[in-house]
Amino acid sequence: MEKPRLAVFKFASCDGCQLSLLDAEDQLLSVADALEIVYFPEATSRMEAGPYDIALIEGSISTPHDAARIQQVRRDSRFLMTIGACATSGGIQALRNGADSAEFMRAVYASPGYIEVLDQSTPIADHVTVDFELRGCPINQYQLIEVIQSLLAGRTPRTPGHSVCLDCKRRGTVCITVAQGIACLGPVTQSGCNALCPSYNRGCYGCFGPASQSNLVSLTSQMEQDGASKQEISNSLQNFNNNAPAFREESRRLLDRNGEPY
Amino acid sequence: MNDSVQSVDPETCFLTLDEFARLFEVLISRGYEVIGPTIDQEAIVYGQLSSIDDLPRGWTDQQEPGKYRLVRRDDNALFGYVVGPSSWKKQLFPPVSTLARADRTEEGWQFQEAKEETPRYAFLGVRACELAAMKIQDRVFTGGPYVDSIYEQRRSQALVIAVNCTQAASTCFCTSMETGPRCKAGFDLALTELPDGFLVEVATAAGAEILSDLQTMKVSPEQDTQANAARQQAVDQIERRFDTTDIKDLLMSNLEHPRWDDVAERCLSCTNCTMVCPTCFCSSVEEVSDLTGDHVERQRQWDSCFNLDFSYMNGGLVRNSIRNRYRQWLTHKLATWIDQFGTSGCVGCGRCITWCPVGIDLTQEVNAIRESES
Ligand code: SF4
Ligand code: SF4
Ligand code: SF4
Ligand code: SF4
Repeated sequence: MEKPRLAVFKFASCDGCQLSLLDAEDQLLSVADALEIVYFPEATSRMEAGPYDIALIEGSISTPHDAARIQQVRRDSRFLMTIGACATSGGIQALRNGADSAEFMRAVYASPGYIEVLDQSTPIADHVTVDFELRGCPINQYQLIEVIQSLLAGRTPRTPGHSVCLDCKRRGTVCITVAQGIACLGPVTQSGCNALCPSYNRGCYGCFGPASQSNLVSLTSQMEQDGASKQEISNSLQNFNNNAPAFREESRRLLDRNGEPY
Repeated sequence: MNDSVQSVDPETCFLTLDEFARLFEVLISRGYEVIGPTIDQEAIVYGQLSSIDDLPRGWTDQQEPGKYRLVRRDDNALFGYVVGPSSWKKQLFPPVSTLARADRTEEGWQFQEAKEETPRYAFLGVRACELAAMKIQDRVFTGGPYVDSIYEQRRSQALVIAVNCTQAASTCFCTSMETGPRCKAGFDLALTELPDGFLVEVATAAGAEILSDLQTMKVSPEQDTQANAARQQAVDQIERRFDTTDIKDLLMSNLEHPRWDDVAERCLSCTNCTMVCPTCFCSSVEEVSDLTGDHVERQRQWDSCFNLDFSYMNGGLVRNSIRNRYRQWLTHKLATWIDQFGTSGCVGCGRCITWCPVGIDLTQEVNAIRESES
């Protein structure tokens, strides 16, 4: 039997998620045994044309060129999976959504005329059908390997959707919000990192985006009661997943800008 | 330990602080892993202890809904705190355990049970409400035809050294649940801390055997009076009252009460309350394979009725809103648990109140429903 052909594509992103894949060297070797990596510009010089059995997409769509390119990738790929916050929600670069991007360009570049960008940075799923989303900033390498493995074995991947809090409790981290008053987005954030930050005494930053049915309003009201300002809380939501609908709506609601940009 | 072997009128003796310090070596030399209170991550948690110095000497906890703080005491009490985020559930029903293994071989799949070496625990510092919680989990895991062998083995080998509370937190309501603060049954030894040592009640042969390695003294009438006063202090400090009259009917006849919508606006569905609860026992079971797919483990891990996916069955989510999940938790804990296991699922330890990030207090939720009835 021929090995499934895997391709890795990069759109607007920092490469961190692809690095997670490279970081998983040992596992990658066993995976590479079962797959043929035919397109992965970050790692190999091999750049074969499609069709691909599995396409991993890192990054968001932020230029007209990329908007056209993703259509071709979709046509070339049987199973298309987005990896990381940029691809699944638009990334940190989505902070520009709704702002005056022409103004930004004038401030940064000497000749902005050469730059062609869309005024929104959007997730891949806004452009093409996505078969599986793997969240995180960056993604968790074990989750990535798990999904690839499950694809090869034809089973459902184990990528649970529960809150970060459950992982804190399973691993024995004492809640830093309750015991130390440190603000934490864990209760409204989907797990995936095995509750990494709280175990280092840092509140969860929400890298894996909103958990399903997350109750943002209750958590932010509690943060306010504990002394944080609306602006501070809104800022904490305007991070890697700022464009994920639940985080976006709540950070705008806090600043009383329902439906409007910041 | 087993209730039935406990004598009705336990013997009592006195252990000086120095002799108490020797208890650790006695337990360890007898092959026990001592688990008890210690300071970690800004809280008093239960962890492995090797000497008296690992105890939270001179520290206490202050608790209120959604808030826990370590605070210095003005004395050197070793057990002068209430209950923290951990419970003995972690040792008896571990957060993650392997149940079975399977390997792909030439002749097909070979299945085997996962045998674990059962740790022999000595639990030091078990509170009355926690003894009650263990009794409830005994019923859940070992009562009836399907016995959970992991729990059963760990539990039957464990030595239980209880400590009577001499203070209570604002979140405690054991008196309402009739589970404390006095340790009455379910222990091998029960201690009451005094400034210069401990009053020890000996309830079982296993407890007596441990004590036989230590020098004990007769209890003086003054020590007895002192111990009574110390224990009474805990009773006096319990302010939280929870009316459980006809609670099952109250909750089950109010399944559409507007209070469930109200609490759903506050609840994060984060699972913390169920994780810290010493009686909650839900888990999920998953198959975990290695990279080759030739070795598979069946793993069980703590799970919670607050997880959306936990109620997924046959193509749909049964409890597809926070309202329904909170209602499921509360009605199970306080009402349908009675049908299922013959007791309430709540022992009044207050953990779910303290460790809820938004301070939701189950006693208030029930009180609100009760008040609207009258
Ligand atoms: S530290 Fe954060 S993620 Fe962990 S239990 Fe507390 S609120 Fe949840
Ligand atoms: S609920 Fe009662 S037995 Fe439990 S810690 Fe509080 S006072 Fe002690
Ligand atoms: S009651 Fe509190 S701890 Fe429990 S799920 Fe709701 S918010 Fe989390
Ligand atoms: S429901 Fe709350 S108060 Fe009752 S036993 Fe569980 S954690 Fe303790």
